[in-house]
Amino acid sequence: MKQHSTFNLQFSTTIIFLLFLAVLAVPVTALAQDAEPYAPTDDEINAIAREMFCPVCENVPLDVCGTQACAQWRALIGEKLSQGWTEEEIKQYFVDQYGARVLSEPPREGINWLVYVVPPVAFLVGAYVLLKGLRSWRQIEPESTPLVNDEISDDYVARLEDELRKSQ
Amino acid sequence: MIANLGYGALVLTLIVSFYGIGAALVGLRKNKPALVDSARNAMLLTFPLLTLSALSIIYLLATNHFEVEYVASVTSRSMPMYLKVTALWGGQSGSLVFWSWLMSAFASAVTLRKWDRDREFLPWVIVVSLITLAFFLALNLFVENPFTRLWALPSGQVIEAMLRPAGGSLYFPSDGRGLNPLLRHPGMIIHPPMLYLGFVSFVIPYAFAMAALITGRTDDRWIRLTRRWTLWAWMFLTLGLVLGGRWAYDVLGWGGYWGWDPVEIAAFMPWLTGTAFLHSVMIQEKRGMLKQWNMVLIILTYALVIFGTFLTRSGVLSSVHAFAQSAIGPLFFAFIGITFIVSISLLMQRWNALKAQNQMTSMLSREALFLLNNLLFLGILVVCFWGVIFPLISELFTGQKVTVGPPFYERANGPLMAGLLLLMAVAPLAAWGRSTYQTLGRAIWKPTVAAAVVLVAVIISGVTNIYAMIGIFLASLVIAVTIHQYWRGIMARRKRDGSNFLAAFTKLMQRDPRRYGGYLVHISMAMLAIGIVGIEMFQTETQGTLSQGESLELGRYTMVYDELAVFNTNDARNVARAVVSVYKDGKPVGELYPRRDFFYDSQQPMTIPGVRSTFADDFYVLLVDWEEISSNSATFKIYHNPLVKWMWVGSWVFIIGTLISAWPEKEKETAPKRSQHRVAAAAD
Amino acid sequence: MNEETTNNPVSEVPQEKTGPQWGRLAVWGGLLLLMGMLAVGLKRTQEGPVQPGQMAPEFIVTSFDGQNYNSAELRGKVIVLNFWASWCKPCEQEAADLEAAWQYYADRGDVVFLGVDYVDTEPEALGYLTKFNISYPNGPDLGTRISQAFRIRGVPETYIINQEGMLTHTQIGPFTSLAQIKAVIDPLLDQ
Repeated sequence: MKQHSTFNLQFSTTIIFLLFLAVLAVPVTALAQDAEPYAPTDDEINAIAREMFCPVCENVPLDVCGTQACAQWRALIGEKLSQGWTEEEIKQYFVDQYGARVLSEPPREGINWLVYVVPPVAFLVGAYVLLKGLRSWRQIEPESTPLVNDEISDDYVARLEDELRKSQ
Repeated sequence: MIANLGYGALVLTLIVSFYGIGAALVGLRKNKPALVDSARNAMLLTFPLLTLSALSIIYLLATNHFEVEYVASVTSRSMPMYLKVTALWGGQSGSLVFWSWLMSAFASAVTLRKWDRDREFLPWVIVVSLITLAFFLALNLFVENPFTRLWALPSGQVIEAMLRPAGGSLYFPSDGRGLNPLLRHPGMIIHPPMLYLGFVSFVIPYAFAMAALITGRTDDRWIRLTRRWTLWAWMFLTLGLVLGGRWAYDVLGWGGYWGWDPVEIAAFMPWLTGTAFLHSVMIQEKRGMLKQWNMVLIILTYALVIFGTFLTRSGVLSSVHAFAQSAIGPLFFAFIGITFIVSISLLMQRWNALKAQNQMTSMLSREALFLLNNLLFLGILVVCFWGVIFPLISELFTGQKVTVGPPFYERANGPLMAGLLLLMAVAPLAAWGRSTYQTLGRAIWKPTVAAAVVLVAVIISGVTNIYAMIGIFLASLVIAVTIHQYWRGIMARRKRDGSNFLAAFTKLMQRDPRRYGGYLVHISMAMLAIGIVGIEMFQTETQGTLSQGESLELGRYTMVYDELAVFNTNDARNVARAVVSVYKDGKPVGELYPRRDFFYDSQQPMTIPGVRSTFADDFYVLLVDWEEISSNSATFKIYHNPLVKWMWVGSWVFIIGTLISAWPEKEKETAPKRSQHRVAAAAD
Repeated sequence: MNEETTNNPVSEVPQEKTGPQWGRLAVWGGLLLLMGMLAVGLKRTQEGPVQPGQMAPEFIVTSFDGQNYNSAELRGKVIVLNFWASWCKPCEQEAADLEAAWQYYADRGDVVFLGVDYVDTEPEALGYLTKFNISYPNGPDLGTRISQAFRIRGVPETYIINQEGMLTHTQIGPFTSLAQIKAVIDPLLDQ
């Protein structure tokens, strides 16, 4: 029994020791993973920061804003990067924390679609109207009085072209 | 007392303006030319009065009269004299006086011209100018008075008031708060006056347009009369924008020149419509078309000038362009509303009288291409306007702010601007009325080959960005086409009178300054485009913290941190100035001195880059941070900005081009006016 | 304006056929829309922060330790809502006074102090709270919603809300003394 128990004790201490080692080792290896820490460079931080805006310095991109608040934001980006976050995740984090205004463009959702849709639509409408206008002008042409043709209305150019032709 | 004198002059100017408006209107109604002349004299009188008022402010600024609130807010004892004087436009109220003064100078100059043939316009031009002037004066007198003084009350409280409050005595602060350090830069000193000049001089063509609408004399007379004014306005506005960019590049320390900030855009929008106007008036002059459209454009330009000033100064939009929050917003709002309503009503009333005399004949004619140009300019306007206004809409509907920043504008405007470059290359080759693909093709193939050669060279040098290729190709095409046009002109002339090259060139410029000056402006725009492509698409940057002797590399450049000195200057700055040496491909190319100035009076820092600029690229160093005590290590940010210098050189070319274009042409002014075609031909 | 710029070329051409009627309407409509928008924007700018005498906006502060403080549920108590940030130097001037005021009122139970951390990063914010021994609940201004609702112009700003949810005092900039804080809270409690 005693023996056994000794053995047992030895066995259990070994087990405990091993377990202890294991328990120790887990954070150690975990630390080892963290400890070859990926330290983001200023450039990597700025690459993300330049597409963000901090409400403290409005309309100045985060990468060049000089306030303390912005310096903290950049440090936070660095911290997230070192934890292995992607650019998208970091931006999303900032949006959740501080609102959509941190992005350099409105997120494509809800009423914000208007910002992307209206200019091209307006442009197309303008182009259509212009085209139609030009067409209708041309259609009227045959009936309208004879035009002053371009040779006369631009006689200087005409003369120039003439001289050019001669010179060639 | 000087403050009272200046204030009195302002009050008097307002009264004189009201008198002038009244006299002109009554003179018109009762048909009394003497009254109209009197109104004209009133207009002329505003200028010396406002000069007196502006000089009063300058005197107060220069002599440290800190009991005047404006003086205390924009100057301090330590500021050099030139900054004290230019602080006239360093704050809201002073710059409004400056605005009015410029406005009055321009309007007076206009009223001084000979009016024999255009008498019917005179009273209305006076009325419109004086109403605008009176509005700005009213802002000064009732909301933003530059002459308010500080008074200490018996209770110990210090208040601002124009007149002495009961029991009050003047309060003299020992020093002023000083000018915003960002504004203490040569670029910033001339940037606002240029913008204001551009803004106020657009009032003149607008006043004439209104006069034309009101009197019903809707031929192109008003356009001919104001062509040069418009060009001047346009030149100043462009210069104001470019100088603003230069200032941002040199002072703001973002390594860029243009941040699509709402206030920048506010100044850019009238430029867009103004440029469209400059082109489309030519159609009206040549072909008698687009009268309605030109009216629309000039009204829009004027409205955008006022709107831009409103956006900048009312605090509706937040921006780096700091004008403090102000109560002038509602007045401005009312003025914008009235301007819009009156102008649009007038335009609608005359809509049918403004019908075209001619028809569009060809899709390939110059007028058709000009219309396309107008479409593109307005497209950019819509993008800009929408981007500026959208955050307001978003906040209104969702309660959340959003930022509409550079990526939006760049993506949306990039193709439109490329389209404009293409038009700049093609349109000058197209004839009025009608062109054929054949003639166009003949005219353009040589320049296209030249541009293609440039493109190949660019590709060989390692450029892979497709947008950059397009941009460079189009810009070179514009330059090639334009130079080719000069070349053809010069050769034709030499052929005819056998003059030498230079003489032929000068003759060409004299013969048709408007056209050849305009071409020079096109070249300058292409140069600007090259600079923009360079910095937008090829800018690289890096940042690092260095100990003395260590270096940072960026592309072919190496920068070595040599030393850093921190010292105080006698104008109340604390300066941290670093010395760095720059090597290109291992060879030393010079030293740069990036620095950070801290202004004690306003407690603000300012980062001034060290820049080495060549036609190929700029090497741009910012001192971001340093160790306070040891100054052993410092953080630098460096930018490599290719081709930026082309922008600044391009703007000189631009000035020369516009000046040539606006040069008075003697023979034309005396030519008989009503027989249009020969004159029109000479004017192209 | 947008409508307008696109409509002008419209009315330029087809009005000969269709008449300018709808074009005119569109122009005036566009103008009205634009001016309306500007008017609202202008009104907001002119208003400045929420003024005393108005009802305070509703808000929920989620503190750094996860507790929710809903303004609606706090009716019947006086709320001292302080906007601050760790990067804000003037905030430090009032931090000790605010904490002292909290200590003074804490036992009564009818005064709530809430700190809203404006545009700040959490580690620095927690460091700030430790440095000044601040014991009343503090939380981030998620999505800058609360600061937008109160239309603050900067930090520090403090809003005192009475038992009925009405704003009674707005402090722009730091409080300068404990007495000053008491002076704005005490009158509410005496009622």
